[in-house]
Amino acid sequence: MEKFTVHTGRAVPLRHSNVDTDQIIPAVYLKRVSRTGFEDGLFSAWRANDPEFVLNKPEFADGTVLIAGSDFGTGSSREHAVWALQDYGFKAVLAPRFADIFRGNSLKGGLLTVVLPLEVIERLWDMVETDPSTEVTVDLREREVRAPGIVEPFEIDDYTRWRLLEGLDDIALTLRDTKSIDDYEGRRKPWLPVTQ
Amino acid sequence: MARTMAEKVWEEHVVRRAEGEPDLLYIDLHLVHEVTSPQAFEGLRLAGRPVRRPDLTIATEDHNVPTENVLGTIADSVSRTQIETLRKNASDFGIRLFPMGDIDQGIVHVVGPQLGLTQPGMTVVCGDSHTSTHGAFGALAFGIGTSQVEHVLATQTLPMSPFKTMAVTVNGTLKPGVTSKDIILAVIAKIGTGGGQGHVIEYRGEAIRSLSMEARMTICNMSIEAGARAGMIAPDETTFDYIKGRPHAPQGAAWDEAVAHWRDLRTDEDAEFDTEVVIDADELSPFVTWGTNPGQGAPLNEVVPDPASFDDPSERAAAEKALEYMDLAPGTPLREVGVDTVFLGSCTNGRIEDLRAAAEVIRGRTVADGVRMLVVPGSMKVKEQANAEGLGEVFTEAGAEWREAGCSMCLGMNPDQLTPGERSASTSNRNFEGRQGKGGRTHLVSPLVAAATAVRGTLSSPADL
Repeated sequence: MEKFTVHTGRAVPLRHSNVDTDQIIPAVYLKRVSRTGFEDGLFSAWRANDPEFVLNKPEFADGTVLIAGSDFGTGSSREHAVWALQDYGFKAVLAPRFADIFRGNSLKGGLLTVVLPLEVIERLWDMVETDPSTEVTVDLREREVRAPGIVEPFEIDDYTRWRLLEGLDDIALTLRDTKSIDDYEGRRKPWLPVTQ
Repeated sequence: MARTMAEKVWEEHVVRRAEGEPDLLYIDLHLVHEVTSPQAFEGLRLAGRPVRRPDLTIATEDHNVPTENVLGTIADSVSRTQIETLRKNASDFGIRLFPMGDIDQGIVHVVGPQLGLTQPGMTVVCGDSHTSTHGAFGALAFGIGTSQVEHVLATQTLPMSPFKTMAVTVNGTLKPGVTSKDIILAVIAKIGTGGGQGHVIEYRGEAIRSLSMEARMTICNMSIEAGARAGMIAPDETTFDYIKGRPHAPQGAAWDEAVAHWRDLRTDEDAEFDTEVVIDADELSPFVTWGTNPGQGAPLNEVVPDPASFDDPSERAAAEKALEYMDLAPGTPLREVGVDTVFLGSCTNGRIEDLRAAAEVIRGRTVADGVRMLVVPGSMKVKEQANAEGLGEVFTEAGAEWREAGCSMCLGMNPDQLTPGERSASTSNRNFEGRQGKGGRTHLVSPLVAAATAVRGTLSSPADL
């Protein structure tokens, strides 16, 4: 996983709440067995059908920070939603609230999801819509988001922050201590089912 | 200290706990399907890692499969490759797989309980958000992403951050014609699609206790639609009766030991929940959705709401957008909304009781002119049972299509899809834009409402027939 420390880039204002993962990437794109190349599926229905959709506007073409409404990433557990956002070029998503599975997936894969108060999100939306060249900084080291006139702290647990800063693979971390797994397996109830 | 059921199951599965780190939890059962697993297996290959416990892992083909001609070749080459990839991965890594045509094949969340693999007090995961279904047995069951699928394959554990607890208490008694689907749609409409965020929900109360196992699975299945991490129902005699005698259930002395343990899992009387919600079952009636998220629902007796009636500006904007997509005018009685397609199936409502309930309504009647009805059993075993009871004939005689097992029209991924502008009444779990096919419009309903709607051609309950 790529390390995440500080990212500065243009932002894309997505003024919608309840953006579910079927909107982020429809199921037809999930037939692939590859891990990359999902950018064509990102918001594909909105990009195809709505000329006013924010990603269809040239002034927002280079955005790397997505600013969304509440309950972003609801619905299906598809990690392809994270991959599609990353493949398209997004490094961070800011929203008042995220669905749990999406948030977990994003932080596993190095897409930084940041919870900010709705009031701050609205100020960012207004600012970015007024001047699309506005740059937004997402600073994981300092745990804050910065934009002209805004310095907003955000919360992220120490462990996840450390893992992202170091770009560490969860599986390798767990496999450093297989003895505790072996020990646990020795304590499991004998009647628990096996599949074979 | 008094604990909730979710806290007890969690504690029992802690492999490692360290200050400043998430708990590492052991996973008792890992369910795998073709869509969210290929990149995980590829990750294992690249790192040279084996699957730690193939004997706690099981795979089935469900999302991507056609529900007709299942013994033939899959026409779509991309879909075919995904299915073939799962077959190769299962074979290479020693995982038992139920391929299309196998009598045990079906939707992953129907197959697990059916085989008796889902039991109280277990941790169950799957790369699928509807894994919450298994919580109906008093298991702690989470949907996970592909990175976590790889983590479980490699280690049989998952690092998990702490959760909050929510009690949803459903008091009273359901009226005839009102089902567990109506309960959960009403719960989601009440607390919203983010209302359960960060929580494990425990469903309790008289109305929940009186539900069958399959009805309980319908409720827990849609916990994710309320934003919850999982949903659970305390195991009781109904649970034990359902599990007993299934292929993977404990037997003999082990059965007694297991049941004694399962009884201890119930939430302690003086345990406290972080959040409490109370619903009165007596006040519920058949419920349907009108919008594009599962929280946008209303009783069938009501009308399409006016967006102006929402105080919250973001809810108002969402309602306006939803009505435009759904092509519905505020004030239209929901009973007058005509549909093109009725879909009966999915991990929410594709079990034998769902088919029985719908067949009872449709028996001796016919599907309305211009309406197509797809009946898709949740597993091949469900199909076998339904055929043995003559239900397949009831559906085909009424003019419905009686298909093979799979996720089918729930998710717009296999050949069963809505066309742009087409409107459905669907017993599935999501009414998102395009969920059932690009441009399709979905109303979520119970199996009883689905059957009555198929007969009348407009959203209806059996009482309207």
